[in-house]
Amino acid sequence: MDWHQVWELVSLPDNVPIVLLLLMVPFYTWLAFREAGRNDRLIAELERDPDMRKTHHRVPYPWKPGWPKTVHVWPHLLKREFLAAIIVTVVMIVWSICLDAPLEEPANPSLTMNPSKAPWYFLGLQELLVYFDPWIAGVVLPSIILMGLMAIPYIDVNPLGNGYYTWKQRKFAIATFLFGFLVLWVLLVIIGTFIRGPGWLWFNLGETWDHHRVDHQVNYDLHELFGVTGAWQVIAFGAAFVGGFCAIVGGITHLWVVKCMPLMRKRMSLVQYATMLQLWVLMMLVVAKIIARLGFTVKNFLVTPWFNI
Amino acid sequence: MSHGHDEVPPEPETPAGEGNPGGLFTKLRAKAKSPAQLQAELKNTQVWKSIFRHKLDDSARNRSLAVLSSVFLHLHPARVNRDAVRYNFTWGMGGITFYLFVLLTLTGTLLMFYFHPSKGEAYRDIMFLQHDVPFGNLLRNMHRWCAHAMVITTWLHMMRVFMSGSYKPPREFNWNIGVLLLLFTMLLSFTGYLLPDDQLGFWAVTVGTNMARATPVMGHEGPFGPELGFTAFNDVRFALLGGSVVDANALLRAYIWHCIAIPIIASVLLIVHFWRIRKDGAISGPAPVMLASEITD
Repeated sequence: MDWHQVWELVSLPDNVPIVLLLLMVPFYTWLAFREAGRNDRLIAELERDPDMRKTHHRVPYPWKPGWPKTVHVWPHLLKREFLAAIIVTVVMIVWSICLDAPLEEPANPSLTMNPSKAPWYFLGLQELLVYFDPWIAGVVLPSIILMGLMAIPYIDVNPLGNGYYTWKQRKFAIATFLFGFLVLWVLLVIIGTFIRGPGWLWFNLGETWDHHRVDHQVNYDLHELFGVTGAWQVIAFGAAFVGGFCAIVGGITHLWVVKCMPLMRKRMSLVQYATMLQLWVLMMLVVAKIIARLGFTVKNFLVTPWFNI
Repeated sequence: MSHGHDEVPPEPETPAGEGNPGGLFTKLRAKAKSPAQLQAELKNTQVWKSIFRHKLDDSARNRSLAVLSSVFLHLHPARVNRDAVRYNFTWGMGGITFYLFVLLTLTGTLLMFYFHPSKGEAYRDIMFLQHDVPFGNLLRNMHRWCAHAMVITTWLHMMRVFMSGSYKPPREFNWNIGVLLLLFTMLLSFTGYLLPDDQLGFWAVTVGTNMARATPVMGHEGPFGPELGFTAFNDVRFALLGGSVVDANALLRAYIWHCIAIPIIASVLLIVHFWRIRKDGAISGPAPVMLASEITD
């Protein structure tokens, strides 16, 4: 365990925000679930007790008859906003006094940094370069992430959980979102920052970054493992595999939705449902490629002269 | 002390007061008004009334007017859901993100006074800021860390909105504006990364923009790019960098995107974002919980 290496990584000025992220994301995930738990207990109580439904104010916070449902923005909201502004200002000034922004040597195109890393918030995408062609990792997937995020309100047809935290009423939506955000985004950012060293090789946390390390790992494309040869056979095999993967994952998801979430299916139009399935299958394809590469040294499923998947 | 004017008689040693009933002080004091009177008169002046359009005593009406008649506060409604002010619901993340944007605009404007977006000068200007400009180092640090913090708070704000189901009808469109703001927040940070013109920024932007040459159809290394005639000198990466490598033109373009174009785009989107919060029925909750048994399709 090379603690010096750990300290160097963690104390690198531009990595400090990620350490912050590492603390804040679990905290706020916990906070959201604590609020969801409160609401879920209230919901269970209301479901059990029809009389309570008629009289209860339906928020897990205290309320007494006669209390107004709203409060004046001045001072109740504004004082909190001013306080938040003061706290943020103080925190940022203290942070800026304690830690200097990084400035390295002047830009030098003839001296390549190793590892060459994008800004930390793009390291999840840079990590995807390990698993995908640059046009997928750098262009297609970010576009799909953005479009997928924008599609969320139009494909989430669940009328429950509008404006309050809940887990039990929105399990599928929340699990999918948190998997995407916590695992496929934040975790990949953390891997890209703390785990990937010189040559973008995998160094466990605490392992010394050896700039002369040679990686002897050989990666195979899937058709090589199956002994498929010949130009068109390789393409046909890859296309069949990727197509088959999408069909099977899509099929399993479809059966799961129909069996366990029939109401969701019923509420969705065909376009909504197809969009949701497509995004879900693509997300699983990303997971499959990560697992194949890290676990089984398999690089590409589909190899063509123009692009690989 | 005669102050050098010999013909002026020296001032009396004792001030005019109780012992001097005909003194100036006594006369003035007789005319003096109480603070309350003064306040009342002040509030009755044309100047005061032209600035403040409502009275200031504590009444429900004036509390509302304090918000509604101020250009800076009027994005708020007069009243909000009593539980919406709880930290546990909003985490304050949207507001903090906007406040960081304001801090970034202020520090960024000050930094622009000392920065020339050209090769050689850019790096020297950062050194100058760090070592010579009064508070220059603090200014640069604030800008850097506020930018990183803003990326984090944007993500957390988005997570909060998702977890509380606040993108659901009627707020679907505003979630979309938010996704665009997320994109532009990260692009703002990314374009700023190059500006110190050091190794860190240079290679980060090189790595980042190398992705662009793999753009399908529009990049010279992307699928079907070369077949359509794209080379390193006419593809989408060339348009971003103003060249085939990260150099002086890229620095200038990053500077203009960073300081002018994206802030304007982001500001317009922010206006829409805030406007739609109000138009879509103010803050989403904490809304009364709904029960599955009460929903009829």
